[in-house]
Amino acid sequence: METVLDNLDDVGLAFAYTVLLFVIAGVLSLVFGTLLAAARVGPIAVLSKATAVYVSMIRNTPLIIVLIFFRIAGPKIGLKFNFVDVTIGDVRLNNLFTACVIGLTVYTSTFVCEALRSGVNAVPLGQAEAARAIGLPFAGVMREVILPQAFRASVPPLASVQIALLKNTTVAGALGVFEAFARMRTLTNKNAGDRIEIFLTFAVIFVILVEVVSFAAHRLERRWRVA
Amino acid sequence: MSSAVLFDAPGPKTVARHRIYTLLAALGLLGVLAFVVWKLYSEDQLTYAKWEPFITPRYLNALLEGLLTTLQMAFTAVLGAVVVGVLLGVGKLSEHGWVRWPSWAVVEFFRAVPVLLLMIFVFYSYGISRGDSGAYWSVVIALMLYNGAVLAEIFRAGVLAVPKGQAEAAYAIGMRKTQVMQIVLLPQAVKIMLPAIISQCVVALKDTSLGYAVAAPGLTIVGTRIYTSFQNQVPTVIVIAAMYIAVNFLLTLLATYLQHRLVGEKSPLDVTNVANMQGGANTGGAI
Repeated sequence: METVLDNLDDVGLAFAYTVLLFVIAGVLSLVFGTLLAAARVGPIAVLSKATAVYVSMIRNTPLIIVLIFFRIAGPKIGLKFNFVDVTIGDVRLNNLFTACVIGLTVYTSTFVCEALRSGVNAVPLGQAEAARAIGLPFAGVMREVILPQAFRASVPPLASVQIALLKNTTVAGALGVFEAFARMRTLTNKNAGDRIEIFLTFAVIFVILVEVVSFAAHRLERRWRVA
Repeated sequence: MSSAVLFDAPGPKTVARHRIYTLLAALGLLGVLAFVVWKLYSEDQLTYAKWEPFITPRYLNALLEGLLTTLQMAFTAVLGAVVVGVLLGVGKLSEHGWVRWPSWAVVEFFRAVPVLLLMIFVFYSYGISRGDSGAYWSVVIALMLYNGAVLAEIFRAGVLAVPKGQAEAAYAIGMRKTQVMQIVLLPQAVKIMLPAIISQCVVALKDTSLGYAVAAPGLTIVGTRIYTSFQNQVPTVIVIAAMYIAVNFLLTLLATYLQHRLVGEKSPLDVTNVANMQGGANTGGAI
């Protein structure tokens, strides 16, 4: 345990980056994914088709390629994020960090879109028919009947997507953000003899983080469940 | 739910309005496309020199070889994962606590730990002194463990999805537990699970690209080599992404075909969705 205890500050800092990547990209992906889902299930055929193509393309691209695009190819076409430079204590949020957040957001939002769409699809047909039959207009059908149920149905898949995002933040570590994965790699590199402890420490912290998100999602799911 | 029920059949006014929206949306999308092309053009990304590697046989060969290695890695990893998955999945269904709990713990652990951590650990424990093949096997072993844990859940759900009467009937004619599992339950479960397994192949294929972190051979590394020598980052990323998309698309088509062929329209297995989401129900996945 010595190696980890000696570098406790670094490990803490690394997980601060991990959590920041997760929270920022998580919120952004929820917002952006909702917009995508709206375009996807909306009545305008062109938008719906275009979104479908976009979503399936991004979904089938490996995350690391998306990140390489924003991190390495982006600057070649003027996609730099140099205007971002925030320092909070030891945490420095620079253009690298921003590029990775944008990449994670672009990638995750397509999965959010699919999760929300599956939620809408999970609402039984009869619900919409019944709402229409009692004379609700389209907005009423959506607001009073479909969306509340669709939202509840998409909580578990959304939770899965966000947990995957938490694990995917490690990919940012392979591209220069000094978060948990990158820190683990340097520590292991310097203290190869202690690799098992180092791995177990980082792995267990990840398991705990995942369990926290999973627990929160479970609570929300239970609170919002109808009957 | 089909959108036909969400929306009323539009009247003449709505049709006119939708026409305007469609026009605006189309114009907007065309505008975005035009902007992208213009941006690429104005940043000199569309010049012949930047794209030349992708019509040069030597580099095309390298790319195809990379793709082949990637496919090999994914395939080996999935084969291993199926073995690990069956063992753990059956273990989780065991009647003996001392088999069930460890299986459960192992599955939960490997599902919650990011593949990259696993990969780098295997790399430093095993691969580092073995050059290219070491990196190759580090990726394969990490993916095998991770996907095995995910498949264990799929197998468990698949076995549980086989109608109860099947196992009861098998017991009634005097089969033993192992026989019931091997002769009656698993063959039927595999049929239900095949689409989910293929979907998991897509995940494994995408995750092989993480081998970038340990410089494992494969499509992504070939790509990085091409763009470091030609400084054509943008075209390379586009080409590599297109190759991944094409292969994954074919795999998805295969999964859909098998779904129709083996399971039918109804999808009795929830895990199919779970696998598409690339992870377990609540421990998430590797999207």
